[in-house]
Amino acid sequence: MRLRLSVALRAATRRLLIGLVTIWVVATVIFGATEILPGDVAEAVLGPDATPESLAAMRERLGLDRPVLLRYATWLDHALLRLDLGASLGSGRPVAEAVGDRLWNTARLAAVTALLAIPAALALGVISAIRAGSVLDRGIGLAALCAVSVPGFFVAIALVYVFAVQLGWLPALATVRPGQTFPAFLRSVALPSATLAIGLMPHIIRQTRNALLAALSHAHIEMAVLKGVPRSAIILRHALPNALAPILNIVALVSAYLVAGVVVVETVFGFPGLGRLMVDAVATRDTPVAQACALIFATTYVVANALADTLAVLANPRLRVPR
Amino acid sequence: MSVDGGAVSPEWPDPELGSSRRPALSWVGWIGVGAISACALIAIVGPWLAPHDPIQTLSNESFAFPPEAAFLGTDYLGRDLLSRLLHGARLTLLLSLATAIIAFVLGVAAGFAAAIAGRWLDLLLSRIVDGLLAVPSIILALMVIGSLGTSVPVLIGTVAVIEGGRIFRVARALARDLDVMDFMEAARARGEGMLWLMLREMLPNAIGPLVTEFGLRLTYTLLFISALSFLGFGMQPPSADWGAMVKENIEGLLYGSPAALLPAACIAVATIGVNLLIDGYLDRATIDRVPDMLP
Repeated sequence: MRLRLSVALRAATRRLLIGLVTIWVVATVIFGATEILPGDVAEAVLGPDATPESLAAMRERLGLDRPVLLRYATWLDHALLRLDLGASLGSGRPVAEAVGDRLWNTARLAAVTALLAIPAALALGVISAIRAGSVLDRGIGLAALCAVSVPGFFVAIALVYVFAVQLGWLPALATVRPGQTFPAFLRSVALPSATLAIGLMPHIIRQTRNALLAALSHAHIEMAVLKGVPRSAIILRHALPNALAPILNIVALVSAYLVAGVVVVETVFGFPGLGRLMVDAVATRDTPVAQACALIFATTYVVANALADTLAVLANPRLRVPR
Repeated sequence: MSVDGGAVSPEWPDPELGSSRRPALSWVGWIGVGAISACALIAIVGPWLAPHDPIQTLSNESFAFPPEAAFLGTDYLGRDLLSRLLHGARLTLLLSLATAIIAFVLGVAAGFAAAIAGRWLDLLLSRIVDGLLAVPSIILALMVIGSLGTSVPVLIGTVAVIEGGRIFRVARALARDLDVMDFMEAARARGEGMLWLMLREMLPNAIGPLVTEFGLRLTYTLLFISALSFLGFGMQPPSADWGAMVKENIEGLLYGSPAALLPAACIAVATIGVNLLIDGYLDRATIDRVPDMLP
């Protein structure tokens, strides 16, 4: 047992190191996208009427007059080591302050979505696997295919049109106020999290169904059937533990989907979250804020992937052997 | 008299061939074909059917139903919604198709080259693609568009490179499997050049999976470009792009107008259509084909 744990620990450490390297790569790509590509941020911020003096002053303030490699080193230092990206070009507030509340709101929206979507999708995935090939399975599959094919804003607008405009049950805009009670918060994020859940569930359903079907095809399942083990026990006690590793991968799926989903969904519902902050920052050329948002989104994605891989290693003894 | 019923077997194609095989396309696939045909038809003839100029203001009222635009009403600027939808079909679908084709050519060429040319090019290209895909697509696109500015070439270029990275991985994996085959060795022994190896040896043998991948990437490109247009970084007003139309009319929802829902539904019909066709073509359990559309 001790030996196995240490091997698992080593695998986890290795995955963590890969994760750190990926975060460095991500920071480099974000730096490259904003600072190396042509396009003068100073001119974009000040507009076409800016005088050469004010342009030069802006470039100096942004540090654009310094050599690229120096700027890259400063960026890595500030972004990854000091977690300080300076001040917003629009409001002059520190980036951390501008991002803080928005991050908290988005985290709460994501948590509500995950609590809504994951249990429902796991149940549908298990049902699909048990009834594989049936009309029910085909129906769930077709619904999932359609849900994943449509744009996020289509689902959002359709939900608003039905539940806010026609029925008037829920608010069309997701307003968040300080001191809001929890039920009031739930009511205001009901439609945004339903939109995200509809986009997220197909991925989890597919993952669960396929993992369970793969586990059900093993010889020991046949053995259990011949032994007369009840059907529910076969699924829950014999197949599910073996399907656990791929199912745990939904941690990565959830984060990957939500990172992309919140940007559009927050914009539709006017939700004061990180996604909308990033869209506004890009539109107003507020580079420090946009960089901070991009870094947070990308890091979340990388960390969730590392976490999913580590959990998969812990859940599956065969993966503990380092390859 | 005529050559009918001559040497060629009268019963061609072989009747057994048809009866013993499953139909080429499931009913789900045929729904997809229908949706795609409808979209293509509207993209071709739509602009001629449109009763009005898509940028002509018909009414001073937003979301109204003046007699000239009585079918779907007007948009937020009092322009005919039906005409804008019909014009938008060609714009939206052609833009996505062009971007997907560019992404596909880039991705397949780079993927094949990486597999054929050997270690260093492979390592270089693979690491670049790994870096690009480590950042969620939409976040990367927003950063690039944020620094290059909003324009159609930037939109096409950004989406094509990001999508091309995903196609690169598929093409490279296919090509690495093919690269060890005898026919590749034979072609190399004949002294064929790189271009011949890629176009005449590899492409014909990888075409099946690549066509499926192209379909998937086409829907994702349409969704990606529409999302960027919806966020305000794609097609700019007054163009009648479907994604941009959703953005400009979304305020109308608060007044009870479904004007934003219609262009969104048009995009949905196109993307569902392509996915159903792929699903029917592959003829597997539908759920296996929930395409991997994650960023």
